[in-house]
Amino acid sequence: MNLMEHMGIESDRIHFSWISSAESTKFVKVVREVTEKVKALGPQQHFKKIDAKVA
Amino acid sequence: MLDYIDKIKDISKRLLKDCSVDMVIGFRKGTLPMMNEPCFAGKPEDVDQFVWDSNCGINLANYLTNRKEKIGIVAKGCDTRNIVTHIVENKISREQLVIIGVPCKGMIDKYKITTMFADEIQDVTEKGEKVLVTADGKKTTLNKSEVLQKNCVVCTHPNPVIHDELVAEKVEEQQGVDRYADVREIEAMTSQDKWDYFESLLSPCIRCYACRNACPLCYCPTCFVDESKPQWVGKGQDPTDVRTFHFLRAFHCAGRCTDCGACERACPVGINMRVFTKKLEKDCFEQYGWEAGMSLDERPPLDTYRPDDPDDFIK
Repeated sequence: MNLMEHMGIESDRIHFSWISSAESTKFVKVVREVTEKVKALGPQQHFKKIDAKVA
Repeated sequence: MLDYIDKIKDISKRLLKDCSVDMVIGFRKGTLPMMNEPCFAGKPEDVDQFVWDSNCGINLANYLTNRKEKIGIVAKGCDTRNIVTHIVENKISREQLVIIGVPCKGMIDKYKITTMFADEIQDVTEKGEKVLVTADGKKTTLNKSEVLQKNCVVCTHPNPVIHDELVAEKVEEQQGVDRYADVREIEAMTSQDKWDYFESLLSPCIRCYACRNACPLCYCPTCFVDESKPQWVGKGQDPTDVRTFHFLRAFHCAGRCTDCGACERACPVGINMRVFTKKLEKDCFEQYGWEAGMSLDERPPLDTYRPDDPDDFIK
């Protein structure tokens, strides 16, 4: 995760969480947080291949 | 450092004569200046080709992977740390090895010297702390301390960590070196600047994989970039694929990299890919107090669990 952030991926795009199958409320909370943070950043501009280069 | 060679030859010949090893791995002079190449001596007379100077930057631990015979190996501080890593990862056993330890005074940076001259370098010789370069039709004297490889400048373990023979007195180890100034410089950038920094760093990459081949850690039978079923990463020079290669290779070296500089040295286009591996090296040091290859008895941080392992990133 540190290296992802180090090479220029915004840290708000990367989330780690440990959620037990019994923790439905935590799951909902984490998903809300993740989507909010990613929405605030907008679409990812880096590290995506638009089209495969064909020779 | 040049005076090591007699001792290296003596020891190697002795080991080969009394059959305590099947071969000794050392260096011989390369066909180009500043490019010493590995030399595998199977007979005592082969040892006469051996050389030792400040151009022995290749990490010889790379040639030990899965070997079955008994091997004598000439090893600098960083090489011995990679030998330890090899032993810990069961790529060779300690009993197979006779380690001829060389207290290292740093290797010279061939890129730095090449870029200092307009024309091709004809010859490079050393005298004590001076480096004599013949290029552009004249001789130039440089201070070795000014043309050291970048990783050698911040090296804190020049002495072999394990050895059976030692060719000279141990050298003084640098104290209080700021090893991670370059990493912190990048850490201080904004996300966009970081992205752009790596984008321009990697733009000359031709995907030759010299860095991977020179690296003693990269010994997978099939590298993820060579796999085609499934194909993890594109094979062309698309910037996304180039970055994926360097990024993942660095991850595979996490907690194992000794910052020997072999990758950077091998790169034909002069990319300093150590800025990837060094970040992980820094994290390992700061979070786990771990320096790779220092002891045969310790397990690396990635295959041990401790209750106090840092876990702030898990929410």
